[in-house]
Amino acid sequence: MNVFLAQLLNGLDKGGAYALIALGLTLVFGTLGVVNFAHGALFMLGCFCAVTFRYLITLETVTVDPEKLSPWGAPVEVRTPLVQNWFGDFGAVLVDYSVPISILLAIPTMLIIGIAMERGIIKHFYKRTHAEQILVTFGLAIVLQEIVKSFFGANPVPQPIPTDLRGAADIGVWFGMAPHVLTYPWWRLIYLLFSGLVIGGVFAFLQFTTFGMVVRAGMADRETVGLMGIDIDRRFTIVFGLAAVVAGVAGVMYTPLLAPNYHLGMDFLVLSFVVVVVGGMGSLPGAVAAGFLLGILQSFASMTEVKSLIPGIDQVIIYLVAVIILLVRPRGLMGRRGIMES
Amino acid sequence: MFSLSRKDLVALVVFSAVVLTMPIWLSPLGAAYPGLMQKFAIYAIFAIGFNILFGLTGYLSFGHAAFIGVGSYTTVWSFKLLTMDIVPAMIFAIITTGVFALVIGYFSLRRTGIYFSILTLAFAQMCYSLAYSVLTPITNGETGLLLARDDPRYLDAMLGAQANVAGLPQPTLFGNSVTGYTGFYLCAVVLIIAFFVSQKIFASPFGMALRGIKSNQTRMNYTGFNTKPYMLAAFVISGMFAGLAGGLLSITDPLAGAERMKWTESGNVVLMTILGGVGTLFGPVIGAWLIKYFENIFSAINTNMLNNFFSFLPDGVQSFVVTVLSKFVGEGWHLTLGLMFVLIVVFLPGGLVEGFQRLTARLKRRKAVPDGATSVQPAE
Repeated sequence: MNVFLAQLLNGLDKGGAYALIALGLTLVFGTLGVVNFAHGALFMLGCFCAVTFRYLITLETVTVDPEKLSPWGAPVEVRTPLVQNWFGDFGAVLVDYSVPISILLAIPTMLIIGIAMERGIIKHFYKRTHAEQILVTFGLAIVLQEIVKSFFGANPVPQPIPTDLRGAADIGVWFGMAPHVLTYPWWRLIYLLFSGLVIGGVFAFLQFTTFGMVVRAGMADRETVGLMGIDIDRRFTIVFGLAAVVAGVAGVMYTPLLAPNYHLGMDFLVLSFVVVVVGGMGSLPGAVAAGFLLGILQSFASMTEVKSLIPGIDQVIIYLVAVIILLVRPRGLMGRRGIMES
Repeated sequence: MFSLSRKDLVALVVFSAVVLTMPIWLSPLGAAYPGLMQKFAIYAIFAIGFNILFGLTGYLSFGHAAFIGVGSYTTVWSFKLLTMDIVPAMIFAIITTGVFALVIGYFSLRRTGIYFSILTLAFAQMCYSLAYSVLTPITNGETGLLLARDDPRYLDAMLGAQANVAGLPQPTLFGNSVTGYTGFYLCAVVLIIAFFVSQKIFASPFGMALRGIKSNQTRMNYTGFNTKPYMLAAFVISGMFAGLAGGLLSITDPLAGAERMKWTESGNVVLMTILGGVGTLFGPVIGAWLIKYFENIFSAINTNMLNNFFSFLPDGVQSFVVTVLSKFVGEGWHLTLGLMFVLIVVFLPGGLVEGFQRLTARLKRRKAVPDGATSVQPAE
């Protein structure tokens, strides 16, 4: 039972990342009707927002302290981050918490990147075929990841978890179990809560604001909304920016779990497309449900007991489930009829 | 069976001439190495096969890399178990891939649109992951499947044709080695045959039926046409082409690795086809050549070459230009590739072939204008 719970939790944080990416992907598809192959690249850009922020905040001054000598008698170089010089202890906290704080950098950056992308290129592809949309966004994804590669190199750049949040939470105790029976890393727990929060936020935004209402109406019938004198294109541009922000913050928070490298986006893109399709194209709840479902299934498939029963299952489970679901339920879990079928 | 319309015959002759003279016209472009030209020919075969599915029926498969992988592995196994001769190897590669495509196609073709794409992608990714993990006895995992000196090669042993040379045995065609230019001409001949087959398919009633499916599958069904077997046939044929390409890859370099089955390879062939022009005969070939050319030439340029090239500029400007350009070549050639795709899709949606057609049409019109008395505007 505990093993079961532990695997469930393990799957949830990965599922959270899948769900966040798939949510943005579906949002873009549902509003603009564009198959965005650059969405994984946006996730990757989010990761590198965190990397950049940490780089900026840890810029150091190197001073030679004549008082201190190393065991060999040479003067010791003392490195202090600039922020620590300026803000003292608060600066040290800033450095420690660089990952969560960089969300503040990521939100405006991703919003600008998203809107620029939509206005610059994707705008011209509303009426084109899906194959052309795939190609242009694929090209865009390559360009983005190569730019990142030329700045940050090809190696993964690990990001530290804030010191207070390292280690594992003894969740078993909360549910009345004996200590050390069910533990779960703090950061994964935070990621899980964070993804739940963001998903809830997006749904609330679409459900309870006027803006969201217009967007939902536009998803259902774009032309009619346009005829009512609402500038639907501008709203959809903002929705694209929003999707970029969701992907970006999902990336920022994921950096401590997986050191980002430039092709991370592509790896996640394939999976999140599978997630979107399993959930049903154009269905937001479907994308979220499928994200968590596939994350959990993947986690269960990596258990040694399961692996010894069916060798290699952990490698293929996601695709296998995708195949089965698509063959049994033609439009995925919650897909609507007639979307993307021709 | 071998007859072609006059137009197609001309196209075939021109195509053969272009392919066979590759060593001549590629040498000023700096790409006339047999190894590279083999790649040109092999990926052209791959793209031609992909175009039979995507160009004619409009079904976008994202899993064609699996077939290349299966073809490669089959070929190497044929080398290991039967004989070093390439003819049985190629035949086995085509047959095995055909069976594979039949199974994958049978399931994937139950869905259309992006669901079909994701199904093929899922199957291909499963093959890729399994080749790395569970199927290691067959695929030799990350190392890749290699030839060994003490492979059984039953057929060779039976015929007593076991070559007693030092080192690893080389693939042969009826006893002749297929390295260097021989290897290139082998691939070139196979490419020409593949082109001919695709011409026949394009011109056949079968091809017409596939086009019909592309333009309106529902209507095809209503006219009493069972589209399923046609789709499946197209999928299997296209898979066989990919298997042949995979087989040739292993023939020119007897090593099969799972990285050939990765989804980026499937993406590559989609890009090749679209870049050249979907649904045209020449398009996929041109697309494949261009991408392979860029991959090999651009990635080989380094900073020293750029410095030499721009040495006429003043120092500061030179270092600036070289710094900027060096991002686009060598390691960063993907950046050029990405930009090229974006630009081509934005400005030339039908691919290069359509661009060429538009250009010739414009030139023709311009020529026709001076003696344009023939085109009288009808009265309002």
